[in-house]
Amino acid sequence: MKTVLLAALLVVSSALAGASAQTLRIGLGEDPDLLDPTLARSRVGRIVFAALCDKLVDIDRDLAIVPQLATEWIWADDNKALIMKLRRGVTFQDGEKFDAAAVKFNIERHLNLPGSNRKAEINAVQSVEIVDDQTVKFVLSRPFAPLLAALSDRAGMMVSPKAAGDGTFASHPVCSGPYKFVERVAQDRIVLARFSDYWNKDAVHVDRIVFLPIPDSTVRLANLQSGSLDLIERVDPTNVNTVKKDARLRFADTSSLAYTGITINLNNGPKSKNPLGQDPRVRQALELSIDRAALNQVVFDGMFEPGNQWISPDNPYHIKSMPIPSRDVAKAKQLLAAANAPRPVVSLMVPNSPEMMRAAEVIQAMAAEAGFDIRIEATEFATSLDRGAKGDFEAYLIGWSGRTDPDGNIYNFAACEAPPALNAARYCSPEIDRELAAARATDNRAERLAHYEKVAERVLADRPIIYLWHPKWLYAMSRQVAGFSPYPDGLIRPQGLRVE
Amino acid sequence: MGAWLLRRVALIGPTLLLVSLLIFAMQQLLPGDPALALAGENQDPAVIAHIRQTYHLDRPIPVRYALWLEGVLRGDLGQSIRIQRPVADLIAEKLPVTAELAGLALLVALVIGVPAGVIAAVKQGSVIDHSVTLAALCGLSVPNFWLGMLLILLFSVELGILPASGYVSPGESITRNLTTLIMPAIVLGTAFAAGIMRHTRSAMLQVLSADYIRLARAKGLGEARVVLRHALHNALIPVVTVVALNFGALLSGAVLTEQVFTIPGFGKLLVDAVFNRDYAVVQGVTMCSALAYLLLNLGADIAYLALNPRLRP
Repeated sequence: MKTVLLAALLVVSSALAGASAQTLRIGLGEDPDLLDPTLARSRVGRIVFAALCDKLVDIDRDLAIVPQLATEWIWADDNKALIMKLRRGVTFQDGEKFDAAAVKFNIERHLNLPGSNRKAEINAVQSVEIVDDQTVKFVLSRPFAPLLAALSDRAGMMVSPKAAGDGTFASHPVCSGPYKFVERVAQDRIVLARFSDYWNKDAVHVDRIVFLPIPDSTVRLANLQSGSLDLIERVDPTNVNTVKKDARLRFADTSSLAYTGITINLNNGPKSKNPLGQDPRVRQALELSIDRAALNQVVFDGMFEPGNQWISPDNPYHIKSMPIPSRDVAKAKQLLAAANAPRPVVSLMVPNSPEMMRAAEVIQAMAAEAGFDIRIEATEFATSLDRGAKGDFEAYLIGWSGRTDPDGNIYNFAACEAPPALNAARYCSPEIDRELAAARATDNRAERLAHYEKVAERVLADRPIIYLWHPKWLYAMSRQVAGFSPYPDGLIRPQGLRVE
Repeated sequence: MGAWLLRRVALIGPTLLLVSLLIFAMQQLLPGDPALALAGENQDPAVIAHIRQTYHLDRPIPVRYALWLEGVLRGDLGQSIRIQRPVADLIAEKLPVTAELAGLALLVALVIGVPAGVIAAVKQGSVIDHSVTLAALCGLSVPNFWLGMLLILLFSVELGILPASGYVSPGESITRNLTTLIMPAIVLGTAFAAGIMRHTRSAMLQVLSADYIRLARAKGLGEARVVLRHALHNALIPVVTVVALNFGALLSGAVLTEQVFTIPGFGKLLVDAVFNRDYAVVQGVTMCSALAYLLLNLGADIAYLALNPRLRP
């Protein structure tokens, strides 16, 4: 009798457990800005969007483009048109139907809404034609292969046309993703609830997701350890061992699309007129004085990935024939002597985060052995951006969060027509421009790789940027969280996630 | 008294105007272009131009100030560029959080500071006096963020009895509200307690050597009655003033504490706005702080007069 009672109790309790609402609490590194894919600016906002807004296409862990709201696609008219077939039976979270008209509305909104941050990403799109209810045709002004990758990010996010028209969209976003918006308290939390009519609802297991912005990485980890959070992003590399040793926690990491390097002022005002800015031998000497592996070990406990290109070594577009140069202090000294600059004084502007400052100090020590006198200028981030754009720097230690398509990591930093605030070095070469344009014009990976190889030959020799390392996405989570897969774009995709 | 009060209240308006001018001018001295800071990673020139135009960043500084002032007179403090919400709404949302934190911190400070000051004065020169003074020195010297991290590690990570950060409104749950605020209130209140203790101690020492205290003792009153009824009452007059005047310091101290404990209050709003160059928010928050400071000063003066009738005009 006792056994039967116990079994009954177990059945009831497990049923109750199953019925109770599951909440996943995610600690973010910052508070996202506007929750409108067209206007959004921050990287961290993309993590919230991953749960809120489906995109036309997505990426897999190997950066291949895979279907999401579009089920198939084909390039046409000499790569000047992209035809997409759309998924049937998809509705927005307000019950509106997702169809070709909604796609046309969204792309036109990206292109025309004042202040749109997406316009620059898809400005090759001339028009969107509705072929039929489930088919759209993107007509381009020029061949533009990176378009697909752009559509796998915010430019491909589809919002409800009805909700987008009411003027308060960013406060109450409505998309077609697995979770719908519930509430936002600025700087405190963003709450989402499962969308019951999601087209892929079998892949969604958690009832609610609460995003909590906690900028300090130590406090974020403390919250995870104390059970106030279930999953955190951007674990500090020096805390990874703590996470690994904690039996209550699980660790996950993956390569990112990001890089950090030293941008050198080559032609941006009077501060470029010094040996470093004018003589490629001095820049080569600086690169040769740095031991990237040691830098990674000392500053990031070896958790990041040393690199010498705009994409990480495990990216399919990495140029294998150009490996990371080894440290060679003797050769660096020779180069400085040949350049008649045996002890160049270099001012290195560094955003004043602890991590960047640590890296700058290691670079300073390493470069000193070759003869460089590096003067570190710790600068608040927004100020450094302004100084970078104005050319008020000699060298600038700065990172880029990265884009899925390699074009997003190089074009805006090396093309003559790049935004002045990004191409702070004011690097400009007609030859590079031609190769970058050619790489945009084809969707054939081998052909693009050949163009990028030519770009790399030149850029890595001219060194407008000395690429140093690629951060990794580091996550920690409670052992109760299952089904988590890290992606190179750093987004937390809720599909498949469970709290056990 | 009435005329004096009226004069003081009438001065608030011009003072605020002067403060607003100063804040506006100082904001312009901040390095960095707000349009670049707000344009996001893409740094699209079209977006940068749009931000400049929408938020009048392309207009001369005096015109921008006039536009802002005109808005304030209409009751519009402007809009946050970063999250596109009215500044007044943000302030209304965040101010109660910080006020509650500052109130709790004050309570912590008074509960620790006043008794410690009284004991130190009564036991002047003893081991207790030196110990209390040393503790006060530690309270003043320990940085907020460091103490905050230690408390988080002990009570949240090791013992698991308090949440490491965040905020729950009292309307949602009063228990959870207090559990989220207890550590920040201790951190913020400790340094303040040290100051209160030192003021109480010196005021008590002065009062305890007064003739009327000697008379009270000569009359055969018990020591407890002498200290608590006769001495403390008068010693608290300057302490109350110091507390009221320094309450504003609690608001500014909350800036750091709110960062450590991720409390979505006034201080965190201000820090984030400064880093993001969200000028309308910076201007609105600092104006609101200035108003609070002026009102607290006025309150302190009124309290001082109420407690010490000899000073009444």
